[in-house]
Amino acid sequence: MTEKRPKNLLYLDGVSVSFDGFKALNSLSFIVEPGELRAIIGPNGAGKTTMMDIITGKTRPDEGAVFFKGDIDLTRKDEAEIAQLGIGRKFQKPTVFESHTVWDNLELALNRRRGVFATLFYRLTGEDKARIEEILSTVRLTGRRDDLAANLSHGQKQWLEIGMLLAQEPELLLVDEPVAGMTDAETAETAVLLKEIARTRSVVVVEHDMGFIRDLGVKVTCLAEGSVLAEGSIDFVSNDPKVIENYLGR
Amino acid sequence: MITSFLIRSLDRTIVIAVAILLALAVLVPALNLLTSADHPLHVPTYLVSLFGKYLTYALLALALDLVWGFCGILSLGHAAFFALGGYAMGMYLMRQIGARGSYGNPLLPDFMVFLNWKELPWFWYGFDMFWFAALMVIVVPGLIAFVFGWFAFRSRVNGVYLSIITQAMTYALLLAFFRNDMGFGGNNGLTDFKDILGFNIQADGTRGALFAASALALAASLVITSGIVRSKFGKVLVALRDAESRTRFLGYRVEHMKLFAFTVSAMMAGVAGALYVPQVGIINPGEFEPGNSIEVVIWTAVGGRGTLVGPIIGAILVNGGKSIFTAAFPEFWLFALGGLFVLVTLFLPKGVVGTALQYVSRRRAYREARNHKDAGLPAAEPLAAE
Repeated sequence: MTEKRPKNLLYLDGVSVSFDGFKALNSLSFIVEPGELRAIIGPNGAGKTTMMDIITGKTRPDEGAVFFKGDIDLTRKDEAEIAQLGIGRKFQKPTVFESHTVWDNLELALNRRRGVFATLFYRLTGEDKARIEEILSTVRLTGRRDDLAANLSHGQKQWLEIGMLLAQEPELLLVDEPVAGMTDAETAETAVLLKEIARTRSVVVVEHDMGFIRDLGVKVTCLAEGSVLAEGSIDFVSNDPKVIENYLGR
Repeated sequence: MITSFLIRSLDRTIVIAVAILLALAVLVPALNLLTSADHPLHVPTYLVSLFGKYLTYALLALALDLVWGFCGILSLGHAAFFALGGYAMGMYLMRQIGARGSYGNPLLPDFMVFLNWKELPWFWYGFDMFWFAALMVIVVPGLIAFVFGWFAFRSRVNGVYLSIITQAMTYALLLAFFRNDMGFGGNNGLTDFKDILGFNIQADGTRGALFAASALALAASLVITSGIVRSKFGKVLVALRDAESRTRFLGYRVEHMKLFAFTVSAMMAGVAGALYVPQVGIINPGEFEPGNSIEVVIWTAVGGRGTLVGPIIGAILVNGGKSIFTAAFPEFWLFALGGLFVLVTLFLPKGVVGTALQYVSRRRAYREARNHKDAGLPAAEPLAAE
């Protein structure tokens, strides 16, 4: 490729994808800078989750370019490769490994060699142990390290999953509705946690909760019908007449 | 590296199971050979072979448990790998017959002479050497599992679809091995074995040695399987069983993980088949029957899938039951087997061993909670709402 690309962390240009004739994404363009915390809002069916599917390799775009760190073409890679490149993803529904303990969940997520033989002969080093303990205290689960993940409360599962993402040490973190179903206190704590995480890496948060987005206080992108409707500060976006008509007004 | 892998594999249950198997490997042949027939502790030869056969079934169930219990792959074709291992051993045993066959041909087994073949097919070369046959016992099932798994797992065939194609695989092999021109003895299979490694296959001593070999193979496989499931790799297997796409998003190559487990499992099944054939004295295409593979699933489910000792106990219990039942009410065995599967699925979803383990851990948790209370300590942590 001869064209010179800007050194953005994530670069989506003109991405379209349709399912059975339905255009989930319609020439979406979107850029994330290194170290940025970005919030994405939009009505149901706006393409928020599809966008994450494309970035993480679950869905292939029909057209358009997706580049990571300037020149890595994500459309040619599968989920495992993209995860190893340093893109972590948190799903809407907390998905932790329920039949493993909290500790094992973090050990599995830890950014170490992931091949068959590397895992077969893996031994927990002091360094890895310290790292897991550090994450446990960040996500406030130290007291439950030996409990099965299945026995955690909903909010604790969300945090465990955030902890697993930290263990993955991604450069870009995609977070899908992190506070859905959380209490107000948990929501506020999650905002603090995400801001803490965003100090060392880029984070993209998809959320419906406007109060939470205000707490984050970051640049907001509003999607509708598969493309970007407005972008800017939360006050700017929420005063945009198109956004009010498409999303907030409803 | 290897030692830490082995040490990790040995928890209390595994140590006890291995100790029992090693004791059996010595005791059963000893009681058969060293006591006279009217001694109260005498083990008759037919029982040595019968239990030797059960041990090979137990090994097959253990192999299935590695992929089904820990990795979520419900293989309905595992008896095919067992039969392939059995055929490899059968070919060695056929070539040991030499000129002692009915037609007295020093090179060609009887069925080839009968079919008027003039020379040995190329794939029979090498099977006159034990080491080569022993290697093929592992390589052939492993290779077929690798190729099959490579395509299936890469295309992300999962769940019931995967089960159906494993069933189709064993059925295809059944039809292939039935054909005379395949060169494996057609529907008669391979039989009339004379000796193994120079020992008469009918002799009590040989039968005892085969029993001991089966017990040792089972013990070794138990240690290896335990090492696998207790390693980080084993944790990845359980993780992908429960949440496959999440595991992918953590950066694990799910298809490689599955492929490794499936291939190792097929190799173990092959070893089981190879030990089975000299003890029953015949291998024929009937071993590829789809129903056989389904029976293995039932043994594993009865014993408790996802536990390592469970499938071993399940295989021995169900087959012991089968031996008794088919003697008493031969027509009703299949109904009993089907009923057993339904009952276990409904009332003991974790199987006999799984249910027992669950009971023990609940008791322990209860006792700990009570001790906390007695000591006047605050309860450790209230259990979170589900």
